Amino acid sequence: MLAYIVRRIFTMIPTLFVISLLTFAIIELPPGDYLSNQIAALQASGEGAGVAKIEFLRKEFGLDRPFLVRYLMWVGLWPGASGFSGILQGNWGWSFEYDQPVNTVVGPTLLLTVILNFTTILFVYIVSLPIGIYSATRQYSWGDYGFTFLGYIGLATPNFLLGLILLYYSNVWFGLSIGGLMDPKYIDQPWSWEKIKSVLSHLIIPTIVIGTSGTAGMIRRLRANLLDELHKQYVTTARAKGLKENRLILKYPLRMALNPFVADIGNLIPSLVSGSVIVSVVLNLPTVGPILLSALQSQDQFLASFILMFVAVLTLVGMLISDLLLALLDPRIRLGQGARS
Amino acid sequence: MTDQRETTSLAPDHYVNPDPFDPTSREVITPEQERFFQASQMQIMWWKFRRHKPAMWAGVILFIFYLAVPFAEQMAPYSPNQRHSEHIYAPPQGLHLFHEGRFVGPFVYGMESTINLDLMQREFKPNLNDVQPIRFFCFSDPYDYWMGFEASFRLFCPAEGGTVFLLGTDRLGRDVFSGIVYGARISLTVGLIGVAISMLLGIIIGGAAGYFGGIVDSFVQRVIEILRSLPELPLWMALSAALPVTWNPILIYLGITVILGLLDWPGLARAVRSKLLALREEEYARAAVLMGAKPTRVIGRHLVPGFMSHLIASASLSIPSMILGETALSFLDLGLRRPVVSWGVLLNEAQNITIITVYPWLMAPVIPVIVVVLAFNFFGDGLRDAADPYK
Repeated sequence: MLAYIVRRIFTMIPTLFVISLLTFAIIELPPGDYLSNQIAALQASGEGAGVAKIEFLRKEFGLDRPFLVRYLMWVGLWPGASGFSGILQGNWGWSFEYDQPVNTVVGPTLLLTVILNFTTILFVYIVSLPIGIYSATRQYSWGDYGFTFLGYIGLATPNFLLGLILLYYSNVWFGLSIGGLMDPKYIDQPWSWEKIKSVLSHLIIPTIVIGTSGTAGMIRRLRANLLDELHKQYVTTARAKGLKENRLILKYPLRMALNPFVADIGNLIPSLVSGSVIVSVVLNLPTVGPILLSALQSQDQFLASFILMFVAVLTLVGMLISDLLLALLDPRIRLGQGARS
Repeated sequence: MTDQRETTSLAPDHYVNPDPFDPTSREVITPEQERFFQASQMQIMWWKFRRHKPAMWAGVILFIFYLAVPFAEQMAPYSPNQRHSEHIYAPPQGLHLFHEGRFVGPFVYGMESTINLDLMQREFKPNLNDVQPIRFFCFSDPYDYWMGFEASFRLFCPAEGGTVFLLGTDRLGRDVFSGIVYGARISLTVGLIGVAISMLLGIIIGGAAGYFGGIVDSFVQRVIEILRSLPELPLWMALSAALPVTWNPILIYLGITVILGLLDWPGLARAVRSKLLALREEEYARAAVLMGAKPTRVIGRHLVPGFMSHLIASASLSIPSMILGETALSFLDLGLRRPVVSWGVLLNEAQNITIITVYPWLMAPVIPVIVVVLAFNFFGDGLRDAADPYK
């Protein structure tokens, strides 16, 4: 098991490098950069004094160097103006727009982003597991049809529009604003039990909004997997031997069907993270989503590439966890590593 | 041959009927079976698809929506960027059939506006005496149809001197309903072009991986793994933020479709690869190789056509996500901008919660988005089932 974990973590390293190169390249695609735009604006307005500071920043961050050097400086493998200092050394870069280091800009939002995505994944699993089992064991019942229909609706409604609609109706019907992370009166207050409760109650709606489409997909997949298993001979044998129905399903076919269910986290996480970015913008949640949007619009390159990188790492870590869970759950993967395809 | 038959028939206890054997006499084929066995693949797919009722209805709905792509000018009562300065944030005008118990046909009540100085906004009230019957198959303001051909025919227009804002107007007095009709042109084609791009990439890359195997295959596999593990939307956002603002709307539109297609191919490439891995061992593929066909010909002419219908069906399932992608990008101001109208551009007006609570009709473009996405899901499911006609 340990060897498996170590190997699995080592395979992540080249992936991380490719992803970092990719995100950096994408962010650098637009012509010009934040600072040269600034300089042009300052020169146009005839303010020479500011230009010197910006020229200094350009040197400091090596914006006048070739692309590959800039990338390596950003990662921390090439000495910049102040020696090796990049992501590997814990320096996440400088946000030109906020005029602050990136970690003070995004720092407070990172934890919330992780919490939001984690609760959403939990929500998806907690909701889809019982419903999937119910739909498979009572195939073609009214409940099954009902859930299938709900699932289709959930799949079709884009989550940011769902957020918009819920935002509207909660305002019209209950007169409450579901946007933001906590009640406005708790902002800048020290953490207390009341504040935590307020945060938790504000997390409910975003979690549901982001999770619906994933839940719908998961229910369909678990239902299909379980249906395949239920028609196999060993189920008939167990039933013939007089095993209680509940125990039978939970002990044998469900364990088999759970495998693809857990493995599917790999497809689920990228879409959940995508969803959380845009839903955060709509519902005005203090996650990395709104910051990413404004950073992209103003070409604040280090901020934007750090957030993209963070979001990608988040999905990679999620996949790592799903693989480890899978290995824990399924002895065939844990023991016979050669059989993995 | 004849000698042999005679010797066997000479055996004393073994009777063989000397009459010629007609295989059809054993199993009589009904006309329906005959029709089925002789039908082309497309025909069988169509029969199978027709039995999938939800998919059929979804197809009909999609067809109606797609009519707006060539005929938006005729279907909308106004042009999408026409401003009605007298009707800013006008609420939807309800369609009525009866006026004071008397049937007049479809009509709307005219609107009276007063300016509320406390809230600093216009307030509209229907004037119940002002009946404005809607005209059908009528002529009103001229528009440029396709390449500079001027016309003024419309399916329906407001009464002379009246207005018809079925879904209200926005902050500049632009008709929301007309916006939705014109927006269909962009929103519905984005998915098609995007899917075409992603299919092209998927077949080329997946085909190369599956056909050559070895290093090419493992390299492509790694790339696919990495691309699939990245969250789509933030990447779309970053890529479309990279489109220069100075481009004209058509170029931006093409850029967006390329971006949407660029990240979608891994799923298709994977399907093509796994199919090719199996198919390249088939005898007809071997024969083609032995006869000296180049890899591009073997893949393109011999292997891919065998599962093309299947490929199209699974590709159609990614159209809705592209439509949603464009909507999300334009909603966030990273995609298309006025004067180009798409459903996302229209929803851009509905970003602010205070605006939504006061003018809820600005959220109307949500409805076509949901209907189209739902319809595409059913349609794609039906297509996928039908693409395996012999199952």
